[in-house]
Amino acid sequence: MCNNDRLFAAISSFDVIIVGSGIVGSACARELADAGLNVAVCEESVVGGGATAAGMGHVAVMDDSDAQFALTNYSQRLWWELAPNLPADAEFSGSGSLWVAADDEEMAEVHRKSTYYSARGVAVDVLDSGGVAKAEPNLRRGLAGGLRLPADAVCYAPAAALFLMRGIPLLRGTVTTLTPTGFELSTGVKVSTGAVVLATGVAAYRLAPELPVYPRKGHLLITDRYPGYLNHQVIELGYLKSAHSHDADSVAFNVQPRVTGQLLIGSSRQLGVADPAVENAMLRRMLARAVEYMPGLETLRGIRAWAGFRAATPDNLPLIGRRPGHPNTFIASGHEGLGISTSLATAKLIADELLNRTSAIPRGPYDPARSFDPHA
Amino acid sequence: MPEIRVDGMAVNAAEGVTVAIALLSAGRNRFRTSLSGEPRAPLCGMGVCMECRVTVDGQPHALACQVVVREGMEVAT
Repeated sequence: MCNNDRLFAAISSFDVIIVGSGIVGSACARELADAGLNVAVCEESVVGGGATAAGMGHVAVMDDSDAQFALTNYSQRLWWELAPNLPADAEFSGSGSLWVAADDEEMAEVHRKSTYYSARGVAVDVLDSGGVAKAEPNLRRGLAGGLRLPADAVCYAPAAALFLMRGIPLLRGTVTTLTPTGFELSTGVKVSTGAVVLATGVAAYRLAPELPVYPRKGHLLITDRYPGYLNHQVIELGYLKSAHSHDADSVAFNVQPRVTGQLLIGSSRQLGVADPAVENAMLRRMLARAVEYMPGLETLRGIRAWAGFRAATPDNLPLIGRRPGHPNTFIASGHEGLGISTSLATAKLIADELLNRTSAIPRGPYDPARSFDPHA
Repeated sequence: MPEIRVDGMAVNAAEGVTVAIALLSAGRNRFRTSLSGEPRAPLCGMGVCMECRVTVDGQPHALACQVVVREGMEVAT
């Protein structure tokens, strides 16, 4: 028995153990520890790995549904409250998002979004063709316009996860089975705890196979440093079609400025692919789409490309709350491409349910016990 | 002998050499400044180490050891 296992076996006094230390697990650990609980985190790899390390770190407010808006808006507010305390390596930057409309149909969507956000107190600017060109001179000419969300931000999520984890015991191990009183590790060690929060992203199904969470592969590429090349995270409105499509591989233009001057270029979505390797055909398609919107990208130097897996759900909403039929197990998974954005609000909702607190927003839409039948 | 301009100053380079050789021959050994403010110069000479990056004709991050000089080329370190 190694020291780590001894630690596990010896300590059965934790109120809660969070399984998984991506941004969601780390945020849950912080929230529960700050609420006064005795908290530990179990991680089989590194803090802030998995989808947390593979994603862009966009802190965005989105409006695919009222429930998605409520969660992203609440969570973004929490990010801005946290921002002054974040260390420099978390690279939190309020550079804002710019959704670009290629044609009149997409411009109608800009106006719809503008009305929706404005009615709910989120600052937005509607830009015309010239306004978009001025905001992002490297975009192609002739775009119809765009919608700027000045409060959207970006961060380096692995560093944010490490920051959230400060002072919280990290236990190394692979959980193989959840038990009524805790879990069992691959080493055979049984751990008992008051409650378990399952925050293992796309791996949620390994421990709770009934959960409707499935992997959705995405690619990203990062360039060398080109300070001043890009001012906002710029996303085509067609991204939403890509994000909604559940049956075909898709790509959408989505480029983000890092504080280093590097550009992060996405995005792709694939279902039914288990291999984490970069696929050149998919990468080519993704970059070709980016160059359509920002022709100069073709001349920049890409230094690394990688792929990761989003934890997708059938209704594009995460699973946050008590696992049906398991009173001491809580689920915080299924955040798809919005795990960074919604991590802090997720942690609040988990803590609210665990501690019988009232939540700032209704929890029902994210309840793992909800119906996923589109006809229900 | 092609004449290139390095940070606005005329430099004569031997025919067919790389920008890295032209700069080093002219006594220039500070090719770029690292993020932490340190000077950087060619290390590997074969396009792998990325230390010799300069701006060539307005294009940043050109590898000086891989680009052959051309008459009138503008190099910025």
